[in-house]
Amino acid sequence: MYLLNNVLYSAVFDADRYTDIAQSSFLPLVKGALFYSIPMTLISFVIGIMLAITTALFRISGIKLLSGIARVYISIIRGTPLLVQLFIIFFGLPSIGIKIDPFPAAIIGFSLNTGAYASEIIRAAILSIPKGQWEASQSIGMSYGQSLRRVILPQATRVSIPPLSNSFISLVKDTSLASTILVAEMFRKAQEIVANTYEPLLLYVEAALIYWIICFILSLVQDQIENKLNRYVS
Amino acid sequence: MLSIQNLHKQFGNLVVLDGIDLNVDKGKVVVVIGPSGSGKTTLLRCLNVLETPTKGNISIQKAHLNFGGKVAKKDIQTLRKQTGMVFQTYNLFPHMTALENVIEGPVTVQKVNKEKAKEKGIQLLQKVGLGDKVDFYPHQLSGGQQQRVGIARALAIDPEVMLFDEPTSALDPELVGEVLRVMKELANEGMTMVVVTHEMSFAKEVADEVLFMDKGQVVERGHPEEIFTHPKQERTRQFLNLISE
Repeated sequence: MYLLNNVLYSAVFDADRYTDIAQSSFLPLVKGALFYSIPMTLISFVIGIMLAITTALFRISGIKLLSGIARVYISIIRGTPLLVQLFIIFFGLPSIGIKIDPFPAAIIGFSLNTGAYASEIIRAAILSIPKGQWEASQSIGMSYGQSLRRVILPQATRVSIPPLSNSFISLVKDTSLASTILVAEMFRKAQEIVANTYEPLLLYVEAALIYWIICFILSLVQDQIENKLNRYVS
Repeated sequence: MLSIQNLHKQFGNLVVLDGIDLNVDKGKVVVVIGPSGSGKTTLLRCLNVLETPTKGNISIQKAHLNFGGKVAKKDIQTLRKQTGMVFQTYNLFPHMTALENVIEGPVTVQKVNKEKAKEKGIQLLQKVGLGDKVDFYPHQLSGGQQQRVGIARALAIDPEVMLFDEPTSALDPELVGEVLRVMKELANEGMTMVVVTHEMSFAKEVADEVLFMDKGQVVERGHPEEIFTHPKQERTRQFLNLISE
């Protein structure tokens, strides 16, 4: 009887309380997304892509030392959990005197991660461009770098946009892991509010919704980019 | 002006070119014919080092390359800047318009002013009969039109020699004529050309010299009339019989 009462009681009174908490928590969560989750994603992705291009070029360079370095890097990053990598960078490195603040530590972790995964995407995209494109570029006197910059990479970009969008969207969600190394991003905000309100379902669903909205907008952007890049293929 | 001595090319144990000698004077058109696998395309690709010869010499104007040891990248660049290559499958840059394809060499490699390059590029496209297609992307053009853009792109770098690698082999029969017409025009204007082709009528009409290749060697060479009407070698005769059937 007591139990039933309790359930009824909470059901009756929760409606108001829920609305209140949902309203008052919305702004802090959005702030967490705007000031931490989204900037963290953008910065890490840009650095990650630069790393990825470099790594992909190392891999296909035909120079043993360079492709070796690239292989080891990719293997380590792909073979270990992102959460563990973040812990090593933030909690582990201070033991050898390298102290990094939460936000930059997260950026380092996410960039390294994106760099490894995206490098395989970019490598595959470069290799998918027909050999004739390299030959045509060389035949008009282009150097390796010029061929790459003017002819190969622009075409490889088109091929790699769908899989890179995947990586980007994954990264948006992976930034929630930064909550464990004290970055005040959206999910950490949600946890803090849960600690005060004891409403895990509400807060975590709210956070999930905001992640979903961000990712939905991103997939719209992806469509736009694909349409634009597809203009030259029939 | 173009001279090749004792050119060899091996892929592993497979001998593709077995000691080729060739001299082409300025303004002359040399047509290379032969069965598939005879090495004619490899010979052409060696001329701008898309294939690296195993040994031998190639010189075109200022560029003198000696293969067998290490060849400097700079020398290869110099050679390539003096040769214009036209590919069997066109190999146009699909993300660039016809005009952008044509000015890519002058602007990116030779650092020509973009406006000047455009002016000249439009002239070249007009010359190959595509003055109305400058802003079209390759996929909007027919095979014959794409190949003519390919020719304009090769001409844009002001090459000393034009190299044609079976330029009409990938084309529908009704489109072959428009490409050959452009090539004839070039020959008439005094362009030095080396052409690998199966178009015997083109060879008869335009070539100053015909080379018949088989198994990596030049079997017979001479004026087209001689080769086509009085071939001296049995292998040449066999080949000509086969293709005239």
